Amino acid sequence: MAHKEFTLDDLRRILIEAAGADEAVNLDGDILDTDFESLNYESLALLETGGRIEREYGISLDETTLSITHTPRSLIETVNGALAALV
Amino acid sequence: MTASVVVTGLGVVAPNGLGADDYWAATRVGKSGIGRLSRFDPSQYPSRLAGEIHGFRAEEFLPNRLMPQTDRMTRLALVAADWALEDAGVRPQELPAFDMGVVTSSASGGFEFGQRELERLWSQGSEYVSAYQSFAWFYAVNSGQISIRHGMKGPSGVVVSDQAGGLDSVAQARRQVRKGTPLVVSGAVDASLCPWGWVAQQTSGRLSTGDDPARAYLPFDARAAGHVPGEGGALVILEREDLARARGAKVYGRIAGYGATFDPKPGSGRPPALGKAIELALADAGVDAADVDVVFADGAAVPDLDRAEADALNEVFGARRVPVTVPKTMTGALYSGAGALDLATVFLAMEEGLVPPTVNVEPADEYGLDLVVGQPRTTEVRTALVLARGQGGFNSALVARSAD
Repeated sequence: MAHKEFTLDDLRRILIEAAGADEAVNLDGDILDTDFESLNYESLALLETGGRIEREYGISLDETTLSITHTPRSLIETVNGALAALV
Repeated sequence: MTASVVVTGLGVVAPNGLGADDYWAATRVGKSGIGRLSRFDPSQYPSRLAGEIHGFRAEEFLPNRLMPQTDRMTRLALVAADWALEDAGVRPQELPAFDMGVVTSSASGGFEFGQRELERLWSQGSEYVSAYQSFAWFYAVNSGQISIRHGMKGPSGVVVSDQAGGLDSVAQARRQVRKGTPLVVSGAVDASLCPWGWVAQQTSGRLSTGDDPARAYLPFDARAAGHVPGEGGALVILEREDLARARGAKVYGRIAGYGATFDPKPGSGRPPALGKAIELALADAGVDAADVDVVFADGAAVPDLDRAEADALNEVFGARRVPVTVPKTMTGALYSGAGALDLATVFLAMEEGLVPPTVNVEPADEYGLDLVVGQPRTTEVRTALVLARGQGGFNSALVARSAD
């Protein structure tokens, strides 16, 4: 069975549900390599985002994955790695 | 010498008016905001009337990032703080962070947010509880969110003393200004009109169970049978007077005196301590009872409590010697928001020279009060006394004076 793929669109949707979006930041732009702090998310916003990803995808994320110095690309890769390990 | 502390900005969120202008336009003519609770179906509860704020859309005023992490009371408080700062002509981003503090009070915390997360905990599991629950319910959250939004890093905190808190927070803010912080945002907003908050309020045994908004909240009336709960309050900007004048700020008036006492243990036989709080506040302000132009009473609308308040007032002022009003008959009791909103109302009353009425009440002779009922009363207001009592024995009295 093919596992679900976690995409940038999925991350955008969950970020907005979890923590909203800063009016000064264009989440629809090319944000893959912009760190979360620059997107104006603090650690609690990422904790909430991580919790929602875990619930929706049935995975468990290491706390260090959810650092504000990380980028959407690294988080997406980690989530997809965890999804692949479920198969 | 102790520095004079003045109020330079008002931010009002009340059931009968959003913003100081709308609130005063309603309050001066006795327009009530009390009605049947609409946020949820109250038919199964002993009390069904409330002072609700209608038409408040937080997303029109606040950044999107704040929405998932704030309870309704915090959204109202953030908007009230914005309005108070704007009214004061203060741009916090231009001031040193440690020159500004935030001291609010809270009686309930973020109940609506907390209820939703508790429902998730029990129906779905702990992994469904929002990370923001860690602070969104908390008493100090309004102070914290205001501090973060405006970059205010000076002395800050929260005072929790039920309905007395609105005055206690302003007194604490005045202390911080006198100790050297030039500007402090103070006051209080409470809002817990959700089923969980409603059930908690019922336990006080002091809530009105009537269904007629015109007969439900009647302090100092022979028909008094408890209060109607409401939501809202006010935030005010406190500044050291010389600094406020130096920047050319509009000055509403001074926080001239304050006194707080705690009632003796029930059954001790000793008298309640509200009168002592009034005497302390007058002495702190350096004014005589005869200087007081109006009293904004706590107005519990519970016969024993009305009796205690009337006795305290008559002991200090003499029977029917000072006009007394309870504008909260138009908003319901706002808990920590009550004293703060009354204080804002005092300054609006000073500005116009008009005491707003206590609505729907037919004063019982036995209390011996000159209660302002029916119509507002046109009179110069230069010195006003505000009273607020909290369940459990808190008594607070604050004297505000005009500054011209």
